[in-house]
Amino acid sequence: MLSRAADSIYWMSRYIERAENTARFVDVVRHLVLDLPGRATNQWASLVQASGDEQAFQQRYGEATEANVIRFLTLDHDNPNSIYSSLWLARENARSVRDAISSEMWEQINRTYLMVKNAEEIKRIDDDPSGFFRHFKKACHLFAGITDLTMTHGEGWHFGRMGRLVERAEKTSRILDVKYYMLLPRVDYIGSPYDSLQWKALLKSISALEMFHKQYHRVTPVCVAEFLVLNRQFPRAMRYCLIKAEESLHAITGSPPATFGNLAEQRIGRLRAEMDYTDIREILDSGLHEYLDIFQEKLNAFGDAVFQTFFDLATRPDQNN
Amino acid sequence: MDFFRYDVGLFYDELFHQDGSTRPGAEILIQKIQDLPAGDLVRRQQAAEAAMMSLGITFAVYGDTQGSEKIIPFDIIPRIIEPEDWRVIEAGLIQRITALNIFLNDIYHDKRVLRDGVIPEDVITSSTSYRMQCEGIRPPKDVWCHITGTDLVRDKDGRFYVLEDNLRCPSGVSYVLENRQLLKRTFPKVFEASRVRPIDDYPGWLRHTLGWLAPQRIESPTIVLLTPGAYNSAYFEHAFLAQQMGAELVEGRDLVVRDGFVMMRTTRGFTRVDVIYRRIDDDFIDPEVFRPDSMLGIPGLMEVYRAGRVALVNAPGTGVADDKVVYAYVPDMIKYYLDQDPILPNVPTYLCWREDDRRYVLDHLEELVVKAANESGGYGMLIGPGSTRDERDAFAEKINATPRGYIAQPVVALSRAPVIVDDHFEGRHVDLRPYVLYGEDIRVMPGGLTRVALRRGSLVVNSSQGGGSKDTWVIDDESGATPGRSQQQAGG
Repeated sequence: MLSRAADSIYWMSRYIERAENTARFVDVVRHLVLDLPGRATNQWASLVQASGDEQAFQQRYGEATEANVIRFLTLDHDNPNSIYSSLWLARENARSVRDAISSEMWEQINRTYLMVKNAEEIKRIDDDPSGFFRHFKKACHLFAGITDLTMTHGEGWHFGRMGRLVERAEKTSRILDVKYYMLLPRVDYIGSPYDSLQWKALLKSISALEMFHKQYHRVTPVCVAEFLVLNRQFPRAMRYCLIKAEESLHAITGSPPATFGNLAEQRIGRLRAEMDYTDIREILDSGLHEYLDIFQEKLNAFGDAVFQTFFDLATRPDQNN
Repeated sequence: MDFFRYDVGLFYDELFHQDGSTRPGAEILIQKIQDLPAGDLVRRQQAAEAAMMSLGITFAVYGDTQGSEKIIPFDIIPRIIEPEDWRVIEAGLIQRITALNIFLNDIYHDKRVLRDGVIPEDVITSSTSYRMQCEGIRPPKDVWCHITGTDLVRDKDGRFYVLEDNLRCPSGVSYVLENRQLLKRTFPKVFEASRVRPIDDYPGWLRHTLGWLAPQRIESPTIVLLTPGAYNSAYFEHAFLAQQMGAELVEGRDLVVRDGFVMMRTTRGFTRVDVIYRRIDDDFIDPEVFRPDSMLGIPGLMEVYRAGRVALVNAPGTGVADDKVVYAYVPDMIKYYLDQDPILPNVPTYLCWREDDRRYVLDHLEELVVKAANESGGYGMLIGPGSTRDERDAFAEKINATPRGYIAQPVVALSRAPVIVDDHFEGRHVDLRPYVLYGEDIRVMPGGLTRVALRRGSLVVNSSQGGGSKDTWVIDDESGATPGRSQQQAGG
């Protein structure tokens, strides 16, 4: 398929996934705050910090109140990582490949975009944030479902899936990190009843609570980290995302498993293999935050390699098949 | 809502006779509308508009970066064309396109039509749309104007006249197809009972037409639709047609000339392209031959085209026939090339570069429509009746400065059709743009884009000037003729 089309489908999926995860981020903090009556003073500030856009936030909003942070992360047109911006970009990408995706997919993206745009006009987000986030997540799930059910599972679909999974792996690692950020200043929480409440809130906000309980009987930080980092079958776990993204990459190139024919395959294969041969003890001993940091860095490097290998028209070596 | 108070006025009405009785093809529709419970029609109209919004059948509002979009206004009352009217339109268009194609072939080769004095030579040499770069080029199968969207208007006398030929990149066919889908949802029973001729296979015909042009006998040629990009106002249509045809939607930056062929950049390297349906004007398709500052085109494209290694649709150079001065000669072309009388007449046209005509135009500006010879989309126009002294003076000055650049026509009292205005019906002026495909044979899509001037009394139907659209129903005749009738291509 056209390089430009593959690029757009990849990014269309990434942006939708990004928007969905931003909604989950906000949701996790909302739950944490509810569970920490009176002690939740700087939870919202931590969220802005974790988003990496702290400076822009402070310039325009100042104080990190719930309303300010929610507005910044959801409807702010000038925040390039807000839900609105992500959706707008997803839609622009979808628009440029309307011939390569099903009309149902386009319609769903368009509807979701209009819903967010509308939410701003009718101030829905201020009146009923829970309702908004619930609807929004559902709309994103619907898009993923429509994609899987209406698009041929060929090259374009694999690019889309790869984009979705790379974005999700990155965001799961961040969401886990946010929780750590929040607890670091108050070490005495660890192991307290509040602690397990918070971990539950985290699991719930990424729709993982029930699946977690099938495997573990107690909610402990170690178990949650193990589940979200190393699980092979839970669709939001980092390892699951890597395994499936690598599968899609090999489906696109046709290289046999466990070999590599380009930089992208090499990087993701190595990252996945590292996960295959580690365990949660090792990760926690070296520091979860540090581990997640390095993971994100390597994932970004993989993203760059995908760009160079498939999308970059200027530098890609000439080849004729 | 009912039609009891609907006023046909002094115009030809597409659904009603002058005495207020319903035209035969519209009887089922009108009956149904009269029978609807109060408020139902408006609800159907709103449902259709909501569907267009969520389908993204919109155009971007220029100058608004934060995605302000509008739907093209759409009125759910269809325009109906009786079978005997359609027969005239179809035969007339086939005749006209046949003559125009021979003209294009002639004008870029032997120029017989000039040597025989049918068209004065300086009409052509002074046309800003004449492309010297195309002289001597033989497009695949000698077809130049593969896709046309001729604008027809109906005057008070009920006759159809040709207003413009639109041989470059006529747009709007996607709205025709989408309008039909919406109407089928809006009036399913009426639609079923009205024996409306289907138009849904247009993308299939289009694909067939394009495939037929592939340079060599290639089993499955690579067909692409070249768009200026997602920010073009007609982008919806480009994406829609590519999707419906299963063609690749490409931008200039996706294509490159290599080893004498046009190639597209794919995730697996370069792939050869055989047919390009380009929705970019001649001026922009190849910076090496046309405008050097074009960022939209493909350097070297024309050389590949000249060598017959890629087909371009429509052929570069067809714009000369869109020149409104050249248009005035189309009836003469039909006589000259085909030895036939034109079936569809032109609107009478005064050419300002002819001294007598110019004098007449300048003396009668108040009654005439003056148009720039090389504009379209309703731009560069003066509608005499209702114009101000200053506007007329400004045009008189322009005409005197460049007489070749202007033509004038009497005001056509465009026919009207009822549209929903709040809680009642009012007549609004309409035109008709049927689409014609010139491939192995010439096919006229049974239907077309009915554009409506939504402002009361307005004669300007262009969407850039506040126009909307309607679905167009061509009624099948009793004999149950087969859809997609066609006529063998006349020899050149």
